[in-house]
Amino acid sequence: MLGLGIIQGLIETGRNFVGSYFKPERLTTVQYPEERAKSFEASRTIPMLVYDGEDPNKGLRCTACTICEQECPPKCIYIVKDTVKKPDYLGKMQMQPKIFDIDISVCMGCGICAEVCPFESIKMDQVFELSTNDRFGSLLLHKHQLAKSNSYFNKICPTQAAEIDANRAADVHKAELKAKADAEAKAKAAAAATTNAAAGVAAAAAATVAAPKPAPAPAAAAPVSKPASAPVQQAKPTPSTPASPTPSADKKP
Amino acid sequence: MIENADQIFVILLHWLVGLVPEPWRPWLSYLLIIAAIMGVFGGLFAAATIAERKILGRIQNRYGPNRIKMFGIKTFGLIQPIADGIKMLIKEDIVPHAADKVVHYLAPIVLTTPIWMTFAVLPMGRNMTALDMDAGILFYFAMGSATELAVFMAGWSSHNKYSLLGSMRAIAQMISYEVPLVLSTIPVLMLAGTLSLTRVVDAQGGYLLGGFIPHWFILTPWGFAGCIIFLLAAMAESNRSPFDLPEGESEIIAGYLTEYSGFKYALFFLGEYVGMLAVSAMLVTLFLGGWHAPMKALEFIPSWIWFFGKTICVILLYIWSRATFPRIRLDQLLTFSWKFLVPLALANLVVAAVWHFTNGWATPLWASVRWLLCLFLIAVPFVLLGRSLDNKKQSPRLYHYAE
Repeated sequence: MLGLGIIQGLIETGRNFVGSYFKPERLTTVQYPEERAKSFEASRTIPMLVYDGEDPNKGLRCTACTICEQECPPKCIYIVKDTVKKPDYLGKMQMQPKIFDIDISVCMGCGICAEVCPFESIKMDQVFELSTNDRFGSLLLHKHQLAKSNSYFNKICPTQAAEIDANRAADVHKAELKAKADAEAKAKAAAAATTNAAAGVAAAAAATVAAPKPAPAPAAAAPVSKPASAPVQQAKPTPSTPASPTPSADKKP
Repeated sequence: MIENADQIFVILLHWLVGLVPEPWRPWLSYLLIIAAIMGVFGGLFAAATIAERKILGRIQNRYGPNRIKMFGIKTFGLIQPIADGIKMLIKEDIVPHAADKVVHYLAPIVLTTPIWMTFAVLPMGRNMTALDMDAGILFYFAMGSATELAVFMAGWSSHNKYSLLGSMRAIAQMISYEVPLVLSTIPVLMLAGTLSLTRVVDAQGGYLLGGFIPHWFILTPWGFAGCIIFLLAAMAESNRSPFDLPEGESEIIAGYLTEYSGFKYALFFLGEYVGMLAVSAMLVTLFLGGWHAPMKALEFIPSWIWFFGKTICVILLYIWSRATFPRIRLDQLLTFSWKFLVPLALANLVVAAVWHFTNGWATPLWASVRWLLCLFLIAVPFVLLGRSLDNKKQSPRLYHYAE
């Protein structure tokens, strides 16, 4: 009959009205300045640079490879390589950025930079209170502003950070094993060399047998030096493909 | 003591007027009454805005305004109207370059003045009618329909397509709903035999069945039907959702209010809410027994508390329905008025006539027969007209240009 639907509707809204006073879970509003919404792991705002240990300069994972700079769709990243190299977590000498700027007024928060980074250095942050009084200068974040410690990264993205830390620990372990194997191989080679020298020309055939022996070791260690996990390796071939026609143009806004 | 509480404002008025010399007394009396009406209903307007925002919020599972503080004291948003008023006062008053400046300026004033004047004839308690006119209902509706002019003034003078569309919608809507609004009050006039609102309220005094059932008109079949028709038509008259087409934000920005800002906008806003208050008070006066208590045992509570309490309940019903129903389409709006409310109001006249001529059926048996007969007479047209509104019988809508 006409009018029954109207009464049903009124009952429904009335139930919501009464329910909002008795069931606090109905009210999803967060009273912002006093309380914050609980952030979830997959949320992202702007990029950050993860560093290991305490010192942002020493532990910075970034190697200034500029893949993120090339990949960034709005071109908000600006990198200048340093002339001085520094050792990475495996002790290998790597490049480091002298300047690493991100213009967060241009950044669109897509997260492509974090996806392509093969060194697990650039990751998406969850900060959201980024307003400033200054329209230009304060929105251009420099290296020291972007650098965030690994413990902070562990706090905001525990799952991903734990995975990365485990991979890196495994890499270090493998590198140690490899170094040990190398040392042993070197010692053996040295011993062989000394015996060869002692044996003279007659042992030339034996040397050719001994020589390939250290050779497989670096070949096996080759994937070890790449600390990347599977998805990153998948993304790796992409840097060259979507290269923009004018990669050098408007690098710095 | 009870007598004094009931008549406290009347006594206060007489005492204050007695303080000045004789020739000034009528003028002071008028001024005091005007000040009282504007103060009380202005306060109710403020309360209605905050109540609306709070209730709408709660119905949508939000908090509503809850942050405003005054002198560092938490008020849980209850003084939001003060903040809104200050904001409206200090905002820039923008007049469009192409606007008809005089009409644009006059429209809010023309809208609010007649609405305030309607309160003059409403009995707000025992002996508390500001202007006890013999043709009070006529005066009320004359003043109430004067707002249509102001709406069209606002829409026309703004020189804006949205304003004009909004005001044209408003005119179509207001004229359509004026008819059922007035038709639904005619049974009351027929049965009470008067146009004076004071006597309409007097006719609803007294109790049945040992003081438990009041003699209100809503408890009769024709009164119930009339009350529902009046409620719906009044909702449309005051441009309230679901009949808020003149201001449909998603279609025409804000309708005739588009080019208004600052305090002129506030005046329109005030006019809308005060119009809602006036129409709620009229509904209470006509059908809900005015200032009479619902039970004989509750008569010790002052009459003005009953009047304002009932009015607030009607306003809460308006707010509740605003939160519930979506806006209807213009053709649905006009169909609902002309094909449903107007015929039903006319049928209600017949029912009221039957009720009037069966007045002699006084024994309990015959009284219940009379009651059921009248209920049947109004229920049948309701069901039949309701079926005619059913969409299934209409052919599907064809869109020729929107393919």
